[in-house]
Amino acid sequence: METQRFIVFLFASVSYTLKAEKILKEQRIVHKLIPVPRHISSDCGVCLRVTADRRDAVESALQGRVKWEGIVLL
Amino acid sequence: MQPDPGRDPIIYFDNAATSWPKPAEMIEAMIRYNGMIGGSPGRSGHHRSLDAGRIILEAREALAELFGCDALRIVFTKNATEALNISLSGFLHTGDHVITSSMEHNSVMRPLRFLESRGVQLSVVPCSGAGLLNPDDVRTAIRSQTRLVVVSHASNVTGTIQPLAELGRITRDHGVVFCVDAAQTAGVLPIRVDEMSIDLLAFSGHKSLFGPQGTGGLYIREGLEKQINPLVMGGTGSRSEFERQPDFMPDKYESGTPNTIGLAGLGAGVRFVLAEGMEAIRSKEKSLTEKFLQGLASLQGITIYGPPNAAGRTAVVSFNITDVSPSEAALEFDERFRIMCRPGLHCAPAAHRTIGTFSQGTIRFGFGYFNTEEEISLALESVRSLIKK
Ligand SMILES: Cc1ncc(COP(=O)(O)O)c(C=O)c1O
Repeated sequence: METQRFIVFLFASVSYTLKAEKILKEQRIVHKLIPVPRHISSDCGVCLRVTADRRDAVESALQGRVKWEGIVLL
Repeated sequence: MQPDPGRDPIIYFDNAATSWPKPAEMIEAMIRYNGMIGGSPGRSGHHRSLDAGRIILEAREALAELFGCDALRIVFTKNATEALNISLSGFLHTGDHVITSSMEHNSVMRPLRFLESRGVQLSVVPCSGAGLLNPDDVRTAIRSQTRLVVVSHASNVTGTIQPLAELGRITRDHGVVFCVDAAQTAGVLPIRVDEMSIDLLAFSGHKSLFGPQGTGGLYIREGLEKQINPLVMGGTGSRSEFERQPDFMPDKYESGTPNTIGLAGLGAGVRFVLAEGMEAIRSKEKSLTEKFLQGLASLQGITIYGPPNAAGRTAVVSFNITDVSPSEAALEFDERFRIMCRPGLHCAPAAHRTIGTFSQGTIRFGFGYFNTEEEISLALESVRSLIKK
């Protein structure tokens, strides 16, 4: 069995990340806020980590409500 | 919650300057932030920093519910004045034309007079003696270079409520940006930015939104941030690797560590307004105002300014007592009757010229949600005793 991979959603700033977090909480989509990994950006912010299979669910939850800047596979 | 008379019972009628008392929930939220959270929002990523960020987001969301907009379109400032300065100085350039009314507060007039000295063209549209702006006069003042109309939703001198929806239709039809100074109305009169075609909405957090002093904000319509320069630049916690100011909302206008403790209080204040219901708040304030206006009208030797009844104004009443100067009266109210009010020009010389009370000004009573009918009766008795027979 293949081990589950993670992706992160990146946002312009913490206000956006926290808004996205709130939406995922409302919709009961499992996620975790983590510091942006150093190899992705030297920014001091946080991003949203979810398992790769939740990508579509997260995208449709956030669509039109909060803008993300990028999605990166960890 | 009612005022706690404690050892210093007063009647607080200076709510148009800043509201008092504040709801218990607001004070608790500030204590909780200081005692239990403490972090700097949007900076560090540890969970206390994130909790601080969540408090600020919740304050934005409560305001967004109140104004019918997206939470991230709201910028926090230290007061309405800063929000208005961003809207005016950040947006207007030499050669632009801007229209305002003759009832404006100095937080609008002074930045505009400064910009005028730098080549911005300014038209000040006269209002009626009761402080009312005629939308047709605004329409006629629009020229090809007009970029902005800036008007207060209600006057801090007379309480006069301006016809925002009509003004919004005119600016929208002419492609002119519409900026509203809602210092006196946010939290007590309905404001829906889309329905009223408002592009920029400046508000105080410390008046009818029941936040602490040091809070205020600015709603900016989507896309308009591209045309408005920030007045202050610096660290935002976002895009730290770049030496250029972020160009996105709200970070573009929120440099430096924010007033998190104040915003914790503001969020709780706005949630208090949402829970009580703005109609209930307005209806109580209106009935107190009506009672006071009727009581005043029955006295000899009193001049009342502004709209004839409470429906046309916020809970503000400006008046004069014949042969008693406003400052003399205010001292008597404070020392003899423990009534806190504000005499003079109320930072709005243009408004006083409009209603004919420049330069002595008026006595202003600004009622609030926590005032009582009994206080109004006591105030009327106090006024009566100051009338010179
Ligand atoms: C109509 C009006 N505009 C602007 C302001 C300025 O508000 P702030 O004190 O929050 O800067 C006030 C109140 O002081 C006001 O009454």
